[in-house]
Amino acid sequence: MKRKLANLAHCRAGDKGDTLILSLFPFRDEDFPTLVEKVTADAVKAHLGHVVKGAVLRYELPNLPALQFVCERALETGVTTSLALDPHGKTMSYALLEMEI
Amino acid sequence: MARRQIRIGAGAGFQGDRLEPAVVLAAQGELDYLVLECLAERTVATAQRERLRDPSAGYDPLLETRMEALLPIVARNRVRLITNMGAANPRAAGRKVAEIARRLGLRLRVAVVTGDDVAARIRPDMTALESGRPLADYGEIVSANAYLGADALQGALARAADVVVTGRVADASLFLAPMVFEFGWRLDDWDRLARGTVIGHLLECAGQVTGGYFADPGVKDVPDLAHLGFPFADVDADGFGVIAKVAGTGGAVTARTVKEQLLYEVTDPTGYVTPDVVADFRSVRIAEVGKDRVAVGGATGRARPETLKVSVGYHAGWVGEGEMSYAGANARARAALAAEVLQERLGADIPSLRIDLIGIDAAHHTSFGYPHDPYEVRLRVAGRTETREHAERIGWEVEALATNGPAGGGGFWRHVGDRIGIVSTLLPRTEVLTAAASVEARREAKAR
Repeated sequence: MKRKLANLAHCRAGDKGDTLILSLFPFRDEDFPTLVEKVTADAVKAHLGHVVKGAVLRYELPNLPALQFVCERALETGVTTSLALDPHGKTMSYALLEMEI
Repeated sequence: MARRQIRIGAGAGFQGDRLEPAVVLAAQGELDYLVLECLAERTVATAQRERLRDPSAGYDPLLETRMEALLPIVARNRVRLITNMGAANPRAAGRKVAEIARRLGLRLRVAVVTGDDVAARIRPDMTALESGRPLADYGEIVSANAYLGADALQGALARAADVVVTGRVADASLFLAPMVFEFGWRLDDWDRLARGTVIGHLLECAGQVTGGYFADPGVKDVPDLAHLGFPFADVDADGFGVIAKVAGTGGAVTARTVKEQLLYEVTDPTGYVTPDVVADFRSVRIAEVGKDRVAVGGATGRARPETLKVSVGYHAGWVGEGEMSYAGANARARAALAAEVLQERLGADIPSLRIDLIGIDAAHHTSFGYPHDPYEVRLRVAGRTETREHAERIGWEVEALATNGPAGGGGFWRHVGDRIGIVSTLLPRTEVLTAAASVEARREAKAR
């Protein structure tokens, strides 16, 4: 059965220039392997492709545990010149949590 | 003699941050240091324009408000204050702080750190890191400021300054500086610098590690968010620390809030680059050790880069915006019709025109197949233009929808502003000369 990521993980969004950074943390450590398996860089690119024009890189941090997604060309040139309602992409953490796995 | 532990508080995480959490920290936090981080990327470019208009301006507009509230408390409790509120004019900010202290009858030593303003060393043919294109491609350059490191603050701390005022300094370095000073860390002790940098990074956004930008009712509950307390860290001489907050304040410090902030804005957790060190977060350990107390440690470090990142501000034209709301039956279709009208009337002259429907797709550019239209929809239009006149047209066209557009449009709003864009470039460290000066003594000294 498919579940929304929002049901098993929390997320924080950050930005650096035109790069959107999404940090994903399982509520329960035992769900981390599921996230590693299902929430791949390709899956995130497919889910957020309408926003993320560049590559998605994923870092695995089992020490926390967490996944870090670095999404390039995602903020319409970045906060200082973007015309978007949310130029920082601060709301994008909840876009990732809409993903179904 | 080197200290065994120091306590550093974070009293502001951005330019417009709340005032009272810093007052609480200074009064009740039993701090050694209070750091106010108030300088966003483009704030310094905006401040530079103020300075061009008035040579005694160009520092943070809230400097006086914050200092009047905090100086009497930090003087009484012997807390040393570090802030980047100098923005584009640290000397003028330092003089203002000294003046406020005198006016309040306080004996405080004030020092300023300069050298981040590298506009004189920037050439139009230098490469923008973001695009690989020359800076000249972007537009008229307004400002160029190097991100200084913790080393740049050592001279000011060594002069026993009670208040250290800087311009652009890497956020985490503002916090690392007192650790380096108090513990006598060498500037090539990469592991300690990396651990201290992690503590600084966790503190630099203030309320974001105590439950701000975190609360989600029923999912991630945070008590008394309205009175969010700001954090402090107890750091030991090896750079291990405990993140905590003043008892009785709102918010929470938990493993979750700390983990979220650890990775915030980090483009490479295996190599987080600051002017001081390249920190690897893969060995960081986080553990709750008490109520609102989280222990952090274990980062490793590699040699700092030989270049400093420079934030370059440039004129990026004008932006016009307008909004209008539609509600009730067929609201989405009426908003969409308004969007069509605006596209037809503005699209040809303003190719950057962007139209969103707030409530449908403005934040995420999709609603991921949510099946129901909302009860109300807010039309939002924005466009970037070369001239103010073109930008004004956007708001006027939205306003004109009131009598010429779809039924039931209300709650009209418009705005015009100029924009400063930011790009980055690199300068060799050797080209960035920093200095620390005591404000009253007016002595200049090299403190590289």
